[in-house]
Amino acid sequence: MNNFSTPSVPKTTSAPETGCPVSPFTFHTSPFAGPSSASGATVRAVNDEFHGDLLEISLGPHHPSTHGVFRMNASLDGEIVTKLKPVFGYLHRNHEKLGETNSYLANVPYTDRLDYLASLTNNWAYVHAVEKLAGITPTERCEYLRVILGELGRIINHVCLVGFLLNDLGTSFTPLLYSLRERERMLDLLEELTGARMMYNFFRFGGLRTDVPADWLARLKHYLEGLFARYMDEQDALLTGNEILLARTQGTGILKPGLAISAGITGPGLRASGVDYDIRKVDKYSIYDRFDFRVPLGEHGDTYDRYMMRMLEMRESVKIILQAMRDLPDGPVNDPKAKSRGLRPKAGEAYGRIECPKGELGFYLISDGTPNPYRYRVRPPSFINLTVLEDMCVGGTLADAIITLGSIDIVLGEVDR
Amino acid sequence: METLEQIRDRIAAKFGAGTVTLITNPGPSAQHSLLLVAHAARDIARFLHDDPALRLDYCSNATGVDWPDKEIVETVKTTQPDPAGGPDKVVETKIKRVQPGCLEAVYHLYSIALKSAAPVIIRMRTANRTDDVTLPSLTPVWRSCEFQEREIYDLYGIVFTGHPDLRRILMWDEFKDHPMRKDYTGPDDYEWEPTPHGEVLERAKAHYPTPPASTSPKGEM
Repeated sequence: MNNFSTPSVPKTTSAPETGCPVSPFTFHTSPFAGPSSASGATVRAVNDEFHGDLLEISLGPHHPSTHGVFRMNASLDGEIVTKLKPVFGYLHRNHEKLGETNSYLANVPYTDRLDYLASLTNNWAYVHAVEKLAGITPTERCEYLRVILGELGRIINHVCLVGFLLNDLGTSFTPLLYSLRERERMLDLLEELTGARMMYNFFRFGGLRTDVPADWLARLKHYLEGLFARYMDEQDALLTGNEILLARTQGTGILKPGLAISAGITGPGLRASGVDYDIRKVDKYSIYDRFDFRVPLGEHGDTYDRYMMRMLEMRESVKIILQAMRDLPDGPVNDPKAKSRGLRPKAGEAYGRIECPKGELGFYLISDGTPNPYRYRVRPPSFINLTVLEDMCVGGTLADAIITLGSIDIVLGEVDR
Repeated sequence: METLEQIRDRIAAKFGAGTVTLITNPGPSAQHSLLLVAHAARDIARFLHDDPALRLDYCSNATGVDWPDKEIVETVKTTQPDPAGGPDKVVETKIKRVQPGCLEAVYHLYSIALKSAAPVIIRMRTANRTDDVTLPSLTPVWRSCEFQEREIYDLYGIVFTGHPDLRRILMWDEFKDHPMRKDYTGPDDYEWEPTPHGEVLERAKAHYPTPPASTSPKGEM
């Protein structure tokens, strides 16, 4: 088996059947699941000392804990969330309609703006779909460089996530600052390579925009083996066994595997629930079958497992990058015969998907033989991972809802498109 | 994994021959799809979800496609005898016909249990694009369709029957049109245009209230 579970850390709170932390007070399940009186008010347990009406609050859209312009309409019973409806669309600019008016090549920089924390994998997913649509095969060297860049994008995303998750917990800023420091170092490297800190626009159909110089790769390797390895150990020592982190994240925001599969949750959120599904292993797209890496799996599907998934995946990504650097062949990075500009794929359609840091990022393209796609659809992982946000938060406290949202890892540029 | 033809044959055997059609994809990706008849679609979807050989438990992507009415011009060649007695003439007549448009919902299904790498694509089509735009919702089968079908409803205007919470999701609730349709034109009276000018002003004039008939004396506010 390629999989392994998270290291067993003693639970500080036991997770009862309801999937919620033990509360000293009588515990309510969702009012939608339980019985309700004729007047519509929730029937309360007899020994509940906190009688009162439900408090409806609107969290966001401008609130730092919601990671962007995202709103949660929550009903609270005391501190317990009884209902939670996500509201979004504030950042909607009809990306898909824009995609239909652009040529295939002109869409590449637009995809950077979807998940702006991991733009490299967005480029890759789109380019992958177009290659399927037009029947282009990338060159060998390009495949290796794509893997290196894609995994570097995954590391950058996970570094951010871990930092911001801890910020949501209220550990004011220290872990986030460490994370952003490392992210900045990686962004400096990428800026040197691509000319941009976040909007790279680096992938082309059948290749990359430019070749990657050897000394850049050497410096990336030096960094990953030196400073970044130290950061990972430091972060593990600081956080992974931290009592406060354990107390706050274990047993909260539980997502059962059955629901996770049905709701189309992908990426670390799915694997934290113990479902072994990584598109790098399943589809074996690009050249992922040539690398030796493991897919971490969680056990409980709680926030702590989702946090651990990211920590473990970062180490696996470093392993993949180092293997790809070792095996990197010489040769052209771009196929001189492949056509980027003025690409007119034959009429047809294609759905291409890759494992981006947040889950499955897919592009569904329909071509009618013209230079613009007839239909350009993004399958955004952040958007679909929000489907069961309510199921994960109901029954927990409001503070847990914040970190549950943080651990799902959304970027509003991708949710709203 | 069964081929799509085998799946089609099994569906046709179970639900009737007219319920499913194979749509071939001419492109290099060769991702063919199954067109389902709307009234049987949810039963077929449940069959695809539960069948032990398929176990398509994961609906990855659900999306809409707009196919507007298409005018097709066909040239028909007919031979007509020449009244003067010469050789027959070949006359080309152009026949215009309108292929009625529809809205389409496309679902990409995978199996997590069996780790399938190739999608099984199913699609459903509405009767037309104007008044008969209902399709059965597949959210009861795959929960991941919940937000995506809301998005299709929002941007394409397909009404999914049986959806638990069919509301707009990306546009605001008061928004009227469906912006991803091919014939959508943007509104010309943008509320957010604080000082309409130039072209915007010209287009916005149509929306100004008509001035009252009785004219007030000059100089009075």
